Amino acid sequence: MSPNIVIIQLLNALFYAAVLFLIAAGLSLIYGVMRIVNLAHGTLYALGAYVSAWAVGGAFGAALANNLGLAGLFLVLPAGAFAIAALGAVLEPTLLRPFYRRPEEYHLLATFGLLMIFEDVIKYLFGGTPLSAGTIMDRMGSIPIGRLLFPTYNLLVIVIGLLAALALWWFIYRTRFGVMLRATSQDRRMAAALGINVGRVYVQAFAIGCFMAGLGGAVVVPAQAAVLGMGVEALVLAFVVVVIGGLGSLEGAFIGALIVSLVRTAGIQFFAEIELAVLYLIAAAVLLVRPTGLFGKA
Amino acid sequence: MPRARTGPSVPALLVVGIAMVVVLAVLPRLIVPYQTVLITYGLVFAIAALGFNLLLGYTGLLSFGHSAYFGAGAYAVAFLMRDLNVQSMELLIIGGVLGTLVIAALFGFVCVRYTRIFFGILTLALSQVLWSLAFKFFWVTGGTDGLRVDSAKLSLIGGFIDFKGAGAYQRFVYSYYYYVLALFIVATVSMWIIVHSPFGKALQAIRDNEVRAQFVGVRVRRYRWLAFMISGAFTGLAGILWVPLNGLTTPDILYWPFSGELVFMTVLGGFRTFTGPIVGAMAFNYLKTYAVASTEYWQLLLGVVLLFLVVVLPTGIVGTLARIATKLGIR
Repeated sequence: MSPNIVIIQLLNALFYAAVLFLIAAGLSLIYGVMRIVNLAHGTLYALGAYVSAWAVGGAFGAALANNLGLAGLFLVLPAGAFAIAALGAVLEPTLLRPFYRRPEEYHLLATFGLLMIFEDVIKYLFGGTPLSAGTIMDRMGSIPIGRLLFPTYNLLVIVIGLLAALALWWFIYRTRFGVMLRATSQDRRMAAALGINVGRVYVQAFAIGCFMAGLGGAVVVPAQAAVLGMGVEALVLAFVVVVIGGLGSLEGAFIGALIVSLVRTAGIQFFAEIELAVLYLIAAAVLLVRPTGLFGKA
Repeated sequence: MPRARTGPSVPALLVVGIAMVVVLAVLPRLIVPYQTVLITYGLVFAIAALGFNLLLGYTGLLSFGHSAYFGAGAYAVAFLMRDLNVQSMELLIIGGVLGTLVIAALFGFVCVRYTRIFFGILTLALSQVLWSLAFKFFWVTGGTDGLRVDSAKLSLIGGFIDFKGAGAYQRFVYSYYYYVLALFIVATVSMWIIVHSPFGKALQAIRDNEVRAQFVGVRVRRYRWLAFMISGAFTGLAGILWVPLNGLTTPDILYWPFSGELVFMTVLGGFRTFTGPIVGAMAFNYLKTYAVASTEYWQLLLGVVLLFLVVVLPTGIVGTLARIATKLGIR
């Protein structure tokens, strides 16, 4: 294998890792703060992808593209992320909050119900045909690596993934809100006793988690068309990531996304048939050796 | 956790049970064949949900990976028929259950080390191993096309009944209905004996308080493992019975949303009661069939029902009925 192919495959893995990190970090953040495993998270990612593709391909996106060119398209691309964040801000207080005091089984059931609902909401709003924002990727062209080409847009996604990781880290560990978030996650009642508005922290944390999922969808859709069922598939992979890295851990989501993407890329190249099985087995193995994941704290 | 109910007395249960069986036995004479097939599906899912509930309702473990055992049973039948040309349903059941047991024993050994959310995720991850194998090894499993299982090649009760010649499908529908009904009765009675045996009581002790159960000498992990295997075997049996009815097995029944449907059924009926999963499976089967037939957005409908159920009726159909009955003083 020539070194150029190795470089391309590594970049592919990093592109994939960036998207996966965005999804898994949101899932992990929500679990870390609210102790809820949101089975609908993958579907929210898919919904974000559809909204972004729709916004970029729609009349408004076309008008902006005519006036501002590529920059105009980039202006509407994050539409999915903001839409999902808004959706999350509505969902948490209305549908999820009643469940916090109930056993975990009910969390899974309620969010599974949401998953079914949103899968069909996507079908209702956008129909069964794949939706893509490929114009962005086409307009950005590609850069040569040796005699091979790599899309410039995918490089940008890698950068976005890194920036998102940094921003989230800064947000959680360096801001006042982050302190409140961590305090609430560690001891909800003590935080409330100290005067933190726990309800508000929950809404904000859930909205941020949803924003990450929506952003994942938004950045992926210029490169891969949004299709029905992409959310269900993404959720299980995000599970693998957070299981490897540790539920509720930001560092874990980062490392986990890298591991999963590298294994997957290597898998597609060398052992395509068992590529997915290997991933799930790795997750099971990590769970056996370290039930809280590589970076999880009990 | 609600107080454990003592439940109705055994004679009362027997009377109701026998009445139900009589109704189910004469029903095919009164309804169109399509309805008979629907009830057969319902009974099959009832066996699966019964098995699933041994873990959720009686051991307190929520598996989100029971599609693995349903699918293992289904694929075992397809392999046995295609590769070994097995035609006797009894042999298929024995082979299929053994195959499912091996997988349930293996997965269970790993999974029962954990409880709560980690148990759920681990069962899910392992079930997806099977799904991805069925999905990717298309030259063995047919990939997304799945494997065909022709009911005409089957024979029931040691070759006594087969389905060749004219009107074969009609005969299959009726014979198979009674065949499934018989196995459903066997499964229900066995499960009733299991959950009322000392072993079943020990499982409930583990569910209610793991530490105390350990103190009185229950070997928690081993009991959970056993429960896992029995649960998997029941669900596997359901998968085995499902294939000839469906005529085809695809990776969809190994995919994790199908595990979600099994959870849905059980919660719909009520997982705190013995009969809940049976009622829930039958109800879910009708609900899904009619939702799919009447609207393109059946998932939305089911999702709303599930949310409503979890919010308003967390004890399910049977639990709610029981509560109403208690309030009215019937018992």
